[in-house]
Amino acid sequence: MENVLDIKHLSMHFGGLKAVDQVSLTVKRREIVALIGPNGAGKTTLFNCITGIYEPTLGDIFISPPGGGQKRINGKKVNEITERGLARTFQNIRLFQNMSVLENVMIGRHCRAKAGILGAILKDKKTREEEQDIIERSYAILKKLGLDAYVNELAKNLPYGAQRRLEIARAMATDPFLLLLDEPAAGMNPQETRELDALIVRLREEENISILLIEHDMKLVMSLSDRISVMDYGQMIAEGEPAEIRQNSKVIKAYLGEDFHA
Amino acid sequence: MKHITALKNSLLISFWFMFLTFPIMVIRVNTIENVVEWRWMNMLYVGFGSFVLSFVWRYLISRKEAGVKQAAAADTPSKRLTERLLTDSAFYRPVQIMAAVFFLAFPLIFSTYQINIMTTALMYVMLGLGLNIVVGLAGLLDLGYVAFYAVGAYSYALLNHHFGLGFWAILPVGAILGALFGILLGFPVLRLRGDYLAIVTLGFGEIIRLILENWNEFSFGPSGIANIDRPGFFNIDLSLEQVTVYLYYLVIGLCLFTMVVVNRLKDSRIGRAWVALREDEIACQAMGIDKTKTKLTAFALGATWAGMAGVVFAAKTTFVNPASFTFMESAMFLSIVVLGGMGSITGVIIGAMILILTPEYLRAFSSYRMLLFGAVMVLMMVFRPQGIIAGVRRMYHFPVKQSEKGIGGS
Amino acid sequence: MDYFLELLIGGLTRGSIYALIALGYTMVYGIIELINFAHGEIYMIGAFTALIIASVLTMAGMSGLSVLILASVVAVIYASAYGFTVEKIAYKPLRQAQRLSPLISAIGMSIFLQNYVLIAQTSDFLPFPSLLPELPFMDAYAQFMGSSELIIVATTAVMTIILTLFIKFTKMGKAMRATAQDRNMAMLLGVNVNRVISNTFIIGSALAAVGGILIASHIGRINFYIGFIAGIKAFTAAVLGGIGSIPGAVLGGLILGWTESFATGYVSSDYEDVFAFALLVLILIFRPAGLLGKSTVQKV
Repeated sequence: MENVLDIKHLSMHFGGLKAVDQVSLTVKRREIVALIGPNGAGKTTLFNCITGIYEPTLGDIFISPPGGGQKRINGKKVNEITERGLARTFQNIRLFQNMSVLENVMIGRHCRAKAGILGAILKDKKTREEEQDIIERSYAILKKLGLDAYVNELAKNLPYGAQRRLEIARAMATDPFLLLLDEPAAGMNPQETRELDALIVRLREEENISILLIEHDMKLVMSLSDRISVMDYGQMIAEGEPAEIRQNSKVIKAYLGEDFHA
Repeated sequence: MKHITALKNSLLISFWFMFLTFPIMVIRVNTIENVVEWRWMNMLYVGFGSFVLSFVWRYLISRKEAGVKQAAAADTPSKRLTERLLTDSAFYRPVQIMAAVFFLAFPLIFSTYQINIMTTALMYVMLGLGLNIVVGLAGLLDLGYVAFYAVGAYSYALLNHHFGLGFWAILPVGAILGALFGILLGFPVLRLRGDYLAIVTLGFGEIIRLILENWNEFSFGPSGIANIDRPGFFNIDLSLEQVTVYLYYLVIGLCLFTMVVVNRLKDSRIGRAWVALREDEIACQAMGIDKTKTKLTAFALGATWAGMAGVVFAAKTTFVNPASFTFMESAMFLSIVVLGGMGSITGVIIGAMILILTPEYLRAFSSYRMLLFGAVMVLMMVFRPQGIIAGVRRMYHFPVKQSEKGIGGS
Repeated sequence: MDYFLELLIGGLTRGSIYALIALGYTMVYGIIELINFAHGEIYMIGAFTALIIASVLTMAGMSGLSVLILASVVAVIYASAYGFTVEKIAYKPLRQAQRLSPLISAIGMSIFLQNYVLIAQTSDFLPFPSLLPELPFMDAYAQFMGSSELIIVATTAVMTIILTLFIKFTKMGKAMRATAQDRNMAMLLGVNVNRVISNTFIIGSALAAVGGILIASHIGRINFYIGFIAGIKAFTAAVLGGIGSIPGAVLGGLILGWTESFATGYVSSDYEDVFAFALLVLILIFRPAGLLGKSTVQKV
């Protein structure tokens, strides 16, 4: 199957620190891949390299959007990468706090719309239609993620679990082919985590997208992922299906002390 | 017991301020005639004033803290009321109509002098609304907004002086030049962090003023340009009073135009991007928004109104010189936005009216004008950062049937 | 050559004053990440207080060094008190607020203090008595450097050294550095953060007052507006050197002083302030971290 994301020997150095060191990783179409590893292993730094927040020191990142063709995206601007079909959420929730829930999602539609200054001022037919389309699609996404009750609520007033889901909704609004989730279950209770599990699977099925996620909740990771990649000290130490990873001695060593029954 | 500690604290504060203000408030030296003036009464005023104010301060702080807790717990009824006042048309329509009638009838009721003052206030509404795009919506603290105002004023003054071009021809030119200068300044500075941006724009504003002051061949230096034409009205000669009324309605028209445009921008794709950028730059970029482009549009569109208001200013006063474009003007625009409410159109209008009209009508206040502006900025930030009227986000209503649409299909 | 030397000394003197004020900006910024716009006003209030006290003492029949010392001590105390109070009123309630709020509050405070002095005192320029003594041994060099210039440069050097030692070796200095690194962590480790912040304002204000007295004696006149321009220039110096860095503030002050001195001397004196602002704009665009500052990676 085709790789939608293909990272080859990627390194990110901060001064002398090699936060990411010669990491290779692939995500295939419609695959759910988990990236795990102890705190400080370089997982979020890798995410930041993929999404353009950092420019990697060495190596290549290739993407293959559904339209066909492979593109190298190193050093592209954050918004350009999103436009090409990668969307992400943040570990420490970064919603637009003082905007309504619907508007948060509408922002995600920004890069798929065109209305300019003149359109905004004149409110011509095309702009109005486009705006209506943004509103309806955004609402549909909220509905799908069970957030429609909060439409006009300010994002900051949402309960924690709903905020995490809103981050996913917002990212989905950009029409991604690859969704990057940075610890989507952090701080959630078991019930919420189970719902999240179902949600992620459903997104993959219904929207035909691939998902790369960083997660610490091993139960979620094991049940959800097709493949798991394990990072430690900036390096990729193991890769494989959940069953393999569970047996891997390097992984067990890296997690020494942590329980590992899923 | 609580009251006694409060009393004791207030007494301490009162003594502290009496001590603090002693040299500046009490002593005044005349170094030429070698006399010292001792104004002991001031010390009493300060002591008494700070004693009373310390109670008010404490009360407001405790209320603010309680407010934070309340807001976290649930929506308070008072919040619902203000929200309703702003969002429920049954509440705000009558107010809107009354305001419209008042402003339209104003020149019929009041004297030329009053009309002049009101025209000035309305010009500040325009400027406030323009700055509100930059500061309130996009969250970029622009302390050099006066530069674009100067650009507008000088473009009319110079083009009128050299080529005899009229007001209506230059009004769009001023707007475009304002926008161009906005982009010109925006390009280099927009990648700076918030506080650096503030000080660079301040520097830019001062540079423009200093150039106007020193480049005599271009701008006629500190003496400025006089005898600028007033706006024409179908080639009819108007008396001074008629011109005043004409200018008033002209500014009303421009204000309405500004309000409509800013309101539409606010809830458009671009306006949302501004607010998102204000809320979280990184998340905003991660949602596919081009940071630089978005900031530039905010800067340019904000500057447009300053350029236009500058043209109106030159036409109204028929005289411009660099002294009209100091940092204090920028500070005034900013306090209008801060007092009224960042991001709120109604707020800015109210803010401009209060800050421009109060010193005009309460003559006793007029020398305290800038003192008032400074205090307003501090107090609003401490007690009500959202301003008199907080910017409200648009509400969307959904009939059930719309929900059937899928994400992918259109 | 003589002209060059004259400009060099002139720039050094100017730069020293900028450095003294810049230290206050840099310290406050280092600790609470706020551009304390009111800092320039503290400097102005320091100068005014010195003028008032010195005049009163002179009229009471005192003269010479005792006037200088008394006036300076009072001015420093008052400036520190103002700095302390400004922080309590305009910044402390805003510690948790959004970034723009304290900045706007600071601008408001600056405008307020300017107009407070304007109303309570005067809008005219006041002649400032030359408090600094004439040093006889400087006569030989009077062509290049006057006594007051030497005193200004020497005072700045001494102040900087004391400040550096204070921050390096005292307990309070260590607490300040800890707070600048990570305020929450410092708090958890038992540092009284409120006191650290207050002390930072007090020290910065005292330095500004010293700068105010020196420059007022040197130039010979003051008004309520001197703090505004001096404040922006000192801020430029702080940014130029790398905001948060103490040697940076001094270096930045000197570079700015020389830039102004040479630019006005060789190019045009009309645009004195434009050079400073242009320099500020250029540094912020091309090297926002300053000469001695470290650029930081934003955490996501």
